[in-house]
Amino acid sequence: MRAPLPTPSQPSPPVVDIQPPLRYKRYAGWILLILIIVMCSIQTKVTPYQLITGLPQMGQLLKEMFPPDWSYIPTIWAPMMETVQIAILGTTIGGIIAVPVALLCSYNIMPNRFIALPVRMILNLVRTIPDLLFAAIFVAVFGIGPFAGMLALVFFSFGIIAKLTFEAIEAIDPGPLEAMTAVGASRLQVIRFGVLPQALPYFMSYLLYTFEVNVRAASVLGLVGAGGIGLLLDRSLGLFRYDRACVIILLTLVIVLIIDYSSTWIRRKLL
Amino acid sequence: MIEFDNVSKIYPNGSIGLRNINLTIQKGELVVIVGLSGAGKSTLLRSINRMNDITSGDIRINGNSVTQASGSELRLIRRDIGMIFQSFNLIKRATVIQNVLSGRVGYHSTLRTMLGWFPKEDIDLSLTALQRVNIREKAYTRADQLSGGQQQRVSIARALAQEAQVILADEPVASLDPLTTRQVMEDLKRINRELNITTVINLHFIDLAREYATRIIGLRAGEVVFDGTPEEATDEAFAEIYGRAVKHDELLGVL
Repeated sequence: MRAPLPTPSQPSPPVVDIQPPLRYKRYAGWILLILIIVMCSIQTKVTPYQLITGLPQMGQLLKEMFPPDWSYIPTIWAPMMETVQIAILGTTIGGIIAVPVALLCSYNIMPNRFIALPVRMILNLVRTIPDLLFAAIFVAVFGIGPFAGMLALVFFSFGIIAKLTFEAIEAIDPGPLEAMTAVGASRLQVIRFGVLPQALPYFMSYLLYTFEVNVRAASVLGLVGAGGIGLLLDRSLGLFRYDRACVIILLTLVIVLIIDYSSTWIRRKLL
Repeated sequence: MIEFDNVSKIYPNGSIGLRNINLTIQKGELVVIVGLSGAGKSTLLRSINRMNDITSGDIRINGNSVTQASGSELRLIRRDIGMIFQSFNLIKRATVIQNVLSGRVGYHSTLRTMLGWFPKEDIDLSLTALQRVNIREKAYTRADQLSGGQQQRVSIARALAQEAQVILADEPVASLDPLTTRQVMEDLKRINRELNITTVINLHFIDLAREYATRIIGLRAGEVVFDGTPEEATDEAFAEIYGRAVKHDELLGVL
């Protein structure tokens, strides 16, 4: 119902003085932040002094990185591709597992909190464990090699994608769900025709984002023996071959940039 | 035939939604429900397909109790009732025909519909439904590229594709301009007459109610305070329903 039209005979309400919000709150916030930073620095003994004394050594390291040892590329090409392949497998499998779990912990799909809450707890637990720890555990279980790395990325991607997707699902327009219920759709049909078309572009976008993150993550998995380029990176650093490490870093950069640009382009098309 | 038998609805906070409603709506009627906002119009309409539960009483459609239906029975009842919403409730990113086809899911097993493939007959039926509301040529356009009036017609087509026996429309024109309001009302009226689909519409424009309804039901504070033909629904009768004189913004105006 619309509001009734104002009648001109009514007197206009008296003008009330408006006070601008006080500024001290904002200043207090800044002071608090600075205090916290100073406290942290004192407690951990991490000071700008160390940065200044370490600077010459950083320069030395950079100098040793150049010129990069380009002849190293044929050696690192296969492990580099293995890194990307581990990332593709890990992201895809993790993403597929994330879908039903994300549905289970969205309150608008699963009003039963006895299911949604425990699932969310498990999800939080999975996200607490860093990817390298996952890799180290799986290396211990399945032995050294890319399988352990792939499995680590499955869990890692699952945690990220499930979390982001369930938040996207909770933000969808409830109207189409209502319409599908009114049409006589079953629970799964409501999800298929009401939720999926709305959530799919977000899911794809998160999948691509996680893939980017995973390529970077996969390049250090080798440090714990979980396959990929990380093993060679570790070896180069151990032998003080910074020129080789530099080539690995540059090649990773090129691949990450390619994936970054193409996934940004695809995501723009999707949303 | 829709029967309300002593239907009451009390919200958990104690406020009364519906009080002792007894109504019988015959096949093919075009009933418009009027009343102030909060009078229980939506509650009444949405209780017919049990989108809202009632507290006591019984609602029957062609003799089958909606109130007592089990999960799968309820889905079959809902399949035969098309619903039209104020905000259209379409999947905006999907094409028009996909939206209309979604009205067919009740006719197929869950497993079959998961891939989103519908039989040829369903597609033909959906195109015919779109033809009936004059937007067949938009079948493969994304729903969010249509105007509000066109989107509402897609949702009418969805109800037609359902092969619904009853259409419930909850404020179907509240977010449309006067011109498209008339077009949507004309569509609903024409479908009601040509296909003999029982139609129940919530409206707050009283001149529209008089113009399109075959029967007007007035609600006030959850009770039926008026039930009669459009001719009987005089300004005095509306003043009774609203508890005050009719205001000019409650009229859509003549075009």
